[in-house]
Amino acid sequence: MIHITINGKVVQAKDGEMLLTVIRREKIDVPTLCHHEAVEPSGACRLCMVEITKPEWDGWCDYVTSCLYPAADGLIVNTHAKKVNELRSSILDMYLARHPKSPEIRQLAAEYGVLKTQFEEVVDGDNCILCGICTRICDTMGFHAISMVGRGHGKEVAPPLNMAPTACVGCLSCAKNCPTNYIEYNMENGGLTIWKKDFEMVACTECGKTTITKEFAEYLSKNRDINIDYFRKCDECHRKELAGTMGRISNWDREARS
Amino acid sequence: MNIKNVKDLNKIKKETLAISKKHPKKVLVCCGTGCIANGATKIVESVRDGLAKRKLKDVSIEILKETGCHGFCELGPLVIIEPQEIFYTKVKPKHVDDILDKSFLENEIIEPLLFTNPVDGSKITKYNDISFFKHQQRIALRNLGKISAHDMKEYIGVDGYQALAKVLFKMTPDEVIEEVIKSGLRGRGGGGFSAGKKWKICKNIQADKHYVICNGDEGDPGAFMDRSIMEGDPHGVLEGMMIAAYAIGAKEGYIYVRDEYPLAVTHLEKAILDCERSGLLGENILGTDFSFTIKIARGAGAFVCGESSALMKSVAGEVGEPRAKYVRSVVKGLYDEPTVLNNVETLVNIPTIIRKGADWYSSIGTKKSTGTKVFSLVGKVRNTGLIEVPMGITLREIIYDIGGGILEDRPFKAVQTGGPSGGCIPESMLDLPVDFDSLTEVGSMMGSGGMIVMDDKTCIVDVAKYFLEFLVEESCGKCTPCREGLYQLHKLLEKICAGKGEMSDIEKMERLSENVMIGSLCGLGKSGPNPLMSTLKHFKDEYIEHIKDKKCRAGVCPELITYEILDNCTGCMACIPACGYDAITGKKKEVHIIAQDKCTKCGACYAVCNFDSILVS
Ligand SMILES: Cc1cc2nc3c(=O)[nH]c(=O)nc-3n(C[C@H](O)[C@H](O)[C@H](O)COP(=O)(O)O)c2cc1C
Ligand code: SF4
Ligand code: SF4
Ligand code: FES
Ligand code: FES
Repeated sequence: MIHITINGKVVQAKDGEMLLTVIRREKIDVPTLCHHEAVEPSGACRLCMVEITKPEWDGWCDYVTSCLYPAADGLIVNTHAKKVNELRSSILDMYLARHPKSPEIRQLAAEYGVLKTQFEEVVDGDNCILCGICTRICDTMGFHAISMVGRGHGKEVAPPLNMAPTACVGCLSCAKNCPTNYIEYNMENGGLTIWKKDFEMVACTECGKTTITKEFAEYLSKNRDINIDYFRKCDECHRKELAGTMGRISNWDREARS
Repeated sequence: MNIKNVKDLNKIKKETLAISKKHPKKVLVCCGTGCIANGATKIVESVRDGLAKRKLKDVSIEILKETGCHGFCELGPLVIIEPQEIFYTKVKPKHVDDILDKSFLENEIIEPLLFTNPVDGSKITKYNDISFFKHQQRIALRNLGKISAHDMKEYIGVDGYQALAKVLFKMTPDEVIEEVIKSGLRGRGGGGFSAGKKWKICKNIQADKHYVICNGDEGDPGAFMDRSIMEGDPHGVLEGMMIAAYAIGAKEGYIYVRDEYPLAVTHLEKAILDCERSGLLGENILGTDFSFTIKIARGAGAFVCGESSALMKSVAGEVGEPRAKYVRSVVKGLYDEPTVLNNVETLVNIPTIIRKGADWYSSIGTKKSTGTKVFSLVGKVRNTGLIEVPMGITLREIIYDIGGGILEDRPFKAVQTGGPSGGCIPESMLDLPVDFDSLTEVGSMMGSGGMIVMDDKTCIVDVAKYFLEFLVEESCGKCTPCREGLYQLHKLLEKICAGKGEMSDIEKMERLSENVMIGSLCGLGKSGPNPLMSTLKHFKDEYIEHIKDKKCRAGVCPELITYEILDNCTGCMACIPACGYDAITGKKKEVHIIAQDKCTKCGACYAVCNFDSILVS
């Protein structure tokens, strides 16, 4: 265990764990848009930046992304230094200019006092903030179905060649974790469409509700060693079944005791 | 060729020198990319045929040398006759017979092919009498233009691989590192970090593997020093890498070259193959325990791929996007192993430093920036090209002595150094010594050595806009401040150039610049606002003029200028068809008129008027 100082308070941390983890454990609010526990940090949004210094640095301080900066003994962290706050509002201002219609961005910007952008608004701006959470999650899952294409201001998230990605299994991990709910999908008539790819859904043998795509079920059963039959029932029916089983067991117990 | 030990190496050196002595007369044809583009390949063929016709075929290999770039590509194809050092420019195949008969076989000089001094119009015969070359001191470019680039024997003939032999037999890795530290050599790729110290940190990291990478990405538009070195002296680069590998204990090395440099790739491939075949690369080099291999990694040509973390990802086959690194690549680099990344020019200096010693090297240049630096001098100067000069030389010496002064003797306005994220330096600082720290101090930087000279016809706001546009396009787009911030800075500059700027925009740009610099992930974003900040610092008046007076004193920003026809118009009617927008009317021998509502300020009329009758204001 090591000790670091955050906003004047000495706290314990594990050597090498990321500053953001410690900051959040201390219930200090630092905004992030590209951070997700499930995937490697990337340092893209730059909102989590904090001011750091050490006594031996002679008053010199540095600005680092807390999501990527490993805690080290004696570090002094200021999560809301003047420059840091300025930087955050400036970044949020840039976001607001690019995605003026995104409710998530508008709300976060407002929290930092930016109600209207001072920059030129991008006409036809979409709500993808290029945080890369979706692509990193997809990579982490092992599918690599979507990626960042292009560079600079024209960068976007897309499947290879902008065609229905063969590698996509329709798990929806990207869409469900997108901070701005940008990724569209459609679940209708027992099917699912995402990234222009159509999927067939497995219907629950009990209640008929659809839960998971056939491809995802097959993938899980093959690669994670789960019996394919497990996916033939939806979560709810699994639980009902479990409750029924548990009930029967306790009945037997009672009978046995009496 | 077999080079199993130092004896073999010295034997080849001796043989090469003997042949060279036997044939002191030589025809050197520059075969760098620039001269080839101007037709050097045909010259080589003609010389070869010509020598054969003159029954000199058996020795033609020793006589004809296909050399690397002299840095004077503008005047190519270049041909040099040795030993007289006669320097011919813009040579065409039809000149070759004459050159062989008169200058090669006899001692005659062909006047029209000589270099014309742009300052006074005089003809200069000898290579080293030309001021462009005279004021240079060549260490990194030592072999360029002197030896056949693709001939390993020639490299060995000019002390090639002697430094390798020296370190392998006479120095420990630590001694090599200390020597390089003592030489004061700082990285030529932009950062200016001590090469020796970088090696030391890397060597001291315990790991299974260490890597050496040569950075030949060279993404700066207009810069071509690394390309020329890789093309013209590939063995020099390999030897530098071998010495670095020995020092840090690396067994594998990579050279990262962009795809747009096919000739560099070909020459490096040939050099690597020759080394592998002869035993200078592979297992037990020169009979020692040292083993090393080099592979070429080809880049897709994005500017940001020159950045160390992006480059290493690209070498490893991933997307070349920078990654945030609070752990440096000397500690955790390629495949997460300790890696030394050095620029081409940094590495090519190493063999000479080892051969001649750290004290010799550090006696050149300034105390904190030792040695020489290669610059690519372009823009509004009379002589443009690649130059190598001792550090500490003044900007004035470079621009006026080597560059021959400003074209048409126009007033000097600024010099932009450091590549796209460098800065502009005004006239008042022409006597600034050129070294890492002085350039940084005035808000510019050394960068990779770009140097663009600008005259009074250059609009400084337009220059800032141009570089920002480049950076916006080259930003990888990963992090927000760089992707969105540079974009907004460029938008603001566009607005000012269009005459719609407001005084508050200046402060807005200053604040945004600061946040982009603090907030960005990699060097591209961190230094991206530089062109803007440095011009704002030294040329604020011009910004204010654009904003308040709606004037562009250089006559560049279309929205801020007008084209008018003066009374001295002869009515020659030349400008009427030149205007693509039918804006000019007028009768023969009468003063013409430009309809301002139709004029797009393209400048076509200005270009055709022979009577200086068109006023741009
Ligand atoms: C955006 C960007 C582009 C770069 N491009 C190059 C390049 O083309 N060539 C190069 O040698 N260094 C380039 N660098 C610097 C490298 O990251 C690195 O510092 C250098 O190769 C180290 O070698 P040196 O110490 O010998 O200079 C670039 C840096 C940044 C931030
Ligand atoms: S689609 Fe959503 S998750 Fe993916 S990069 Fe865009 S904002 Fe981030
Ligand atoms: S600073 Fe620019 S180039 Fe570097 S990571 Fe950020 S977006 Fe990419
Ligand atoms: S959370 Fe986005 S950079 Fe750290
Ligand atoms: S290529 Fe011949 S001088 Fe540059």
